[in-house]
Amino acid sequence: MEKTIIVSNESGLHARPAGLLVSKAKNYASDIQIKYQDKIVNAKSIMNLLSLGLSKGSEITIITKGDDEEKALNELVDLLENQLD
Amino acid sequence: MFTGTNASPGITLGKALIVKHEELVIEKKDINSVDEELKRFDDAMEKSIEELNSVKEKALKDLGKEEAEIFEAHLMVLDDPELIKSTKDKITNENLNAEYAFKEIINQFITIFESMENEYMRERAADIKDVSDRVLRHLLGKTIIDLATLEEEVILIAHDLTPSDTATMNKDKVLGFLTNTGGRTSHTAIMARSLEVPAVVGLKNITEKVNNEDYIVFNGDSGEVIINPDEKTIEKYKKLKLNYEKMKKELESLKGKESISTDGRKVELAGNIGTPKDIDGLKNNDAEGVGLYRTEFLYMNRDNLPTEDEQYESYKKVLESMNPNPVVIRTLDVGGDKNLPYLEFENEMNPFLGYRAIRLCLDKKDIFITQLRALLRASNHGNLRIMFPMISSLEELLEAKKVLEGVKADLNNEGIEYSKDIEVGMMIEVPSAAIISDILAKHVDFFSIGTNDLIQYTTAVDRMNEKISYLYRPFNPAVLRLIKMVIYNGHKENIWVGMCGEMAGDQKLIPILLGMGLDEFSMSPISILSARKLIRSLKYEDAKEIANKVVNIGTAKEIEEYMEKVLD
Repeated sequence: MEKTIIVSNESGLHARPAGLLVSKAKNYASDIQIKYQDKIVNAKSIMNLLSLGLSKGSEITIITKGDDEEKALNELVDLLENQLD
Repeated sequence: MFTGTNASPGITLGKALIVKHEELVIEKKDINSVDEELKRFDDAMEKSIEELNSVKEKALKDLGKEEAEIFEAHLMVLDDPELIKSTKDKITNENLNAEYAFKEIINQFITIFESMENEYMRERAADIKDVSDRVLRHLLGKTIIDLATLEEEVILIAHDLTPSDTATMNKDKVLGFLTNTGGRTSHTAIMARSLEVPAVVGLKNITEKVNNEDYIVFNGDSGEVIINPDEKTIEKYKKLKLNYEKMKKELESLKGKESISTDGRKVELAGNIGTPKDIDGLKNNDAEGVGLYRTEFLYMNRDNLPTEDEQYESYKKVLESMNPNPVVIRTLDVGGDKNLPYLEFENEMNPFLGYRAIRLCLDKKDIFITQLRALLRASNHGNLRIMFPMISSLEELLEAKKVLEGVKADLNNEGIEYSKDIEVGMMIEVPSAAIISDILAKHVDFFSIGTNDLIQYTTAVDRMNEKISYLYRPFNPAVLRLIKMVIYNGHKENIWVGMCGEMAGDQKLIPILLGMGLDEFSMSPISILSARKLIRSLKYEDAKEIANKVVNIGTAKEIEEYMEKVLD
C-alpha cells in the first residue's frame, strides 16, 4: 500500500520529527519505506531517513508491505500530517 | 588576537584546557574469522548503548529533557537496522575487520550530511561522528576523555566539543568554550547558550595556538580571543566582565517593568519576528507584543504556496502565545529582494520600485484572500492587528480594505467566526504615503513606519548598494522630518503610530522618536530591554525638545554627533 503526502511541519523532517517517525515505524511488523524523488529508503532507519534531507513542502510517498500494512500506513500518515510540530 | 564566530555572549578569563580526543587510527587488517569480527562489532555496539544510556540519564538529570534528546537520537543511530546490516554485510562480503567496515559505512553517511544545504543538518554530521567514535573506541580498546572530573576552573579548547563532552562535563568548572570548527547553530554553540557560558567557535586552529595552562581572555559578543595577554589587557577584560555582568543583571531586573519615561510617558516595546520559533526570543526579552510578524518566511524555502490551514496554524501559534498582548501581522511582502521560486517574477530594472508587496497581492488576489482568511480565522486566538505593506496611495489602501471586507463577508456566510476587534493598519514606508498620512489616517487604526524602506525611498539610495551605503542614514534630517509629520498626522486622527524598522531599536534615535510621540517601538527582541532601560531614564519633556531641535539641524552627521552628546 502507499500514499503520497507533503511534509507540512515547519522544520521539515529534521532530527526530532524524524526520530519520532522512526520510533513509530519500528512498532510495525511490515516493511516500511519512504520514497522521495528517485530514492527509496527504509523508514525504520534514522540515518537513511535523515539522509533524504526532507524539508517543508517535500513530496514523499510512504510504502508499507506486510501483515499490518494498512494500520501502519494510516497511523504514519496521521503522524506526519497532524502530530509533528 | 584571534577572531571567530560569536556563539554565546559574555566575557571570560581563565586557564586553558585542551580537550583532545586520542586520534582513532583505523586500519584495514587481515582477519581470523568473519564470525569473530561480527561478534566484536555486536559487543562494541552493546557497550556503546550501555554507556549512552547512562550518559542520557545524567543529561536528563543535569541538563533537562531537551538536551537529553540528543542522546536519544544517538541511541537511535546505534539501533539503526540499515547501519547494522550494511556494516555486517561489508564485514562478511569483503572479509573486513569490524572497525574498518563500520568506519567506511559511517563515512558514507557523514559525506551525505556534510553536503546538505541546510546548515542545521550539516552540523548533525558531528553527532554521527560522536556516536560512531564511541563505537570505534570500543572496537580499538581506547578510553574516553572524562570531563566529569574537572577539578579547577578552565576554558575548554577543542577542535569541536562533542555532545558527549558537553553532557558529561562538570559545568561548575567550565568558564567558556573555544573551538576550531562550528557556526552559530553547531552543537557547541547551542549548548554554550543554554548553559550560559561564553563561547567563540570557528576559530580554525585555536587548538594549535594554545597550550594547556595558557591564560586566555575572550569576548563571546565580539568573537575576540587573546592568548596570554599582558596585565593591562587582563585588567581591561576584568572591567568589561564586571560591566557586562552588571548590565546583564540590570536588564534582567527590567523584565516585567513598564516602558515609561521618568515623567510618565508610556510606550509599547514590541519585537519583530519571522516565524513562530522566534517566540522564545520575545519571551526571554519581555516583549510587550509583536510589532511586525513578517509572514513572507511562510512562503519562502519551499516549492508551493502555503495553504490556508498551514498559515492559520502559524498565526494561531504566535497569537496564542502572546495573548493578550497585541500581534501585528504584516500581509505578504515579497518581490524586491525576496522572490518566490514558484511564482514567476519577471526580471525588473528596479525591483524595489516594482511588482512587490501589496501591489502583488492586489494583482494576485487569490494569494491575498487565502492569507486574509487564515488571519481572520486565527484572530479568535489572540489580539490580532493586520497590516498592509508598501501602500503608496489611498486607492491601494481602500482596495486592500475592500478585499478584507469581502473575505469577512465570505466567512460570515460560511458561519466561520473571527474576532470583531481586529485593528487594521498600514505601513508607512513610501514617501507618497507619508506625505498624505493626514488623509490615510482617517481610514486605518494605526500606522507603522517601516524605516528600512522609507530611508531608501526618501533619499533615493539603494540600500543593497555598498558603494553608496554612506548615503543611507537614519539620521538624515529629511527622514526625521517625515517621521515627525507621520506621527503628528496619526495623532491628529487619534490613531497610534509605531515603528518597525532598525531605527526603533537604535539607542541614539530612541530619544528623538520618544520626543516625537511614537507610541510603539518594534525591534529585534534582543534590543528590547536596553531600549526599556534608556526610556526609563529619559524625560518626555526633554525628549520633545531634542526632537524639535534635531529636525532643524542640516546634516545627518551633526544630528548623530548631537545625539552622542545627549546620551553621554
